[in-house]
Amino acid sequence: MTATPLVVLENVDKHFGELHVLRDINLSVNAGEVVVVIGPSGSGKSTLCRTINRLETIDTGRILLDGQPLPAEGRGLAKLRSDVGMVFQSFNLFAHKTVLQNITLGPIKVLGQSKAEANARGMELLERVRIAEQADKYPAQLSGGQQQRVAIARALAMNPKVILFDEPTSALDPEMVQEVLDVMTDLAREGMTMVVVTHEMGFARRAANRVVFMADGQIIEENTPDEFFTNPSSERARDFLSKILTH
Amino acid sequence: MEAFLSNIDKVVDGFSWTVRLTLFSALFSFLLGILLTAMRVSPVPLLRGVSTAYVETIRNTPLTLVLLFCGLGLNSALGLSLAGSVAWDVFWWAVVGLSAYTSCFVSESLRSGINTIPLGQVEAARSLGLTFTQNLRLIVIPQALRTVVGPLGSVLIALLKNTTVASVAGLGVQEASREMKLMFDQGIAPVLPTFVGFAIGFLILTLPLGYFFGWLSKRVAVAR
Repeated sequence: MTATPLVVLENVDKHFGELHVLRDINLSVNAGEVVVVIGPSGSGKSTLCRTINRLETIDTGRILLDGQPLPAEGRGLAKLRSDVGMVFQSFNLFAHKTVLQNITLGPIKVLGQSKAEANARGMELLERVRIAEQADKYPAQLSGGQQQRVAIARALAMNPKVILFDEPTSALDPEMVQEVLDVMTDLAREGMTMVVVTHEMGFARRAANRVVFMADGQIIEENTPDEFFTNPSSERARDFLSKILTH
Repeated sequence: MEAFLSNIDKVVDGFSWTVRLTLFSALFSFLLGILLTAMRVSPVPLLRGVSTAYVETIRNTPLTLVLLFCGLGLNSALGLSLAGSVAWDVFWWAVVGLSAYTSCFVSESLRSGINTIPLGQVEAARSLGLTFTQNLRLIVIPQALRTVVGPLGSVLIALLKNTTVASVAGLGVQEASREMKLMFDQGIAPVLPTFVGFAIGFLILTLPLGYFFGWLSKRVAVAR
């Protein structure tokens, strides 16, 4: 793998009022890399994920995408966001649009694709997430797992440089988790650059190039999945793993 | 009742002006209402301030005063004219006053509709790279409108009835209630049947409106 840093966070700090949610975060994600961020609730991992496309602003430090600092606002920021896909915990599909329209909206309105072009590509992506037969339904008619796969297709339709996953399976019924993880695993194998905040340790082991462990707004430990799960170097990580892996 | 019915052409003419006033005022208050709402939720503090100040001022001013201001203030005292003939001049001033007033209620309804849209959808639209205005136009307003079809129907019915204020509040606009008063004044028909006749006329316009909006709100509801 070539070591081109696609996403770089340098000395990032953020407060929510008194709460110091991100403390001096330094992280770089290479093109084609899958980085899984894990940690206890309230450790700042979701916030970290959301700063990368500036859904959360930061107090100090800087964030670079493809070598360019994130624009603060306006069209520059919109352009940047179109390069960074995002998949949310609560799917956030547009309720008044069909599945296919959800996917083609960005390509048509942001990338300026023709409707025919966007529809063809949209159907192709729906095939890929194995849900093409639902193209004309509305989000409320789909199960959670199906909705999340649509959300992944929606992100993919923008041909993003990187996709951020903010706890993509946390709102799903247990039997639907696997179908979403399967799609994500496929993406990882195909070389998509991914930052994944998750509690799915199985996915982290299977698909991640690197695991980032966060607690109390800090990155405590970064390692390969094997190394991290079998031989965590920090006490905090050992404690966390003992709590989640015993049951 | 016969005397009333023999003057039915006057009644119909009166109501035709009521309908015209309502249609034009509805159109402009709808457009202005959307603009006020867009300003109210915009990231620019100045726009938010202007919209809030406008809505809070006009919404809390009696309609009679708003129309008097348009008629006596802008039209008569300042001599501002919107049309060649007097009849159309006062008509358009009434439309201005009614739209200025009703747009506040349209805006407040829409804003309550916007508050029902999950923030996540707005974030998802942002993360696709949609600009603020695209987000508003493609995601937020279409859904907000669907959720407030019912309340907007009530606003429209109130507007239709409020057109009756336009004739008493200094403008002397042609509309149904003015026609009724003229018929009283001229002693053309007995008071009670005339009164009942015009009341029924308003019901004929407002009742179907209410049912239509009730049906429409179910029809366009967004499933979540």
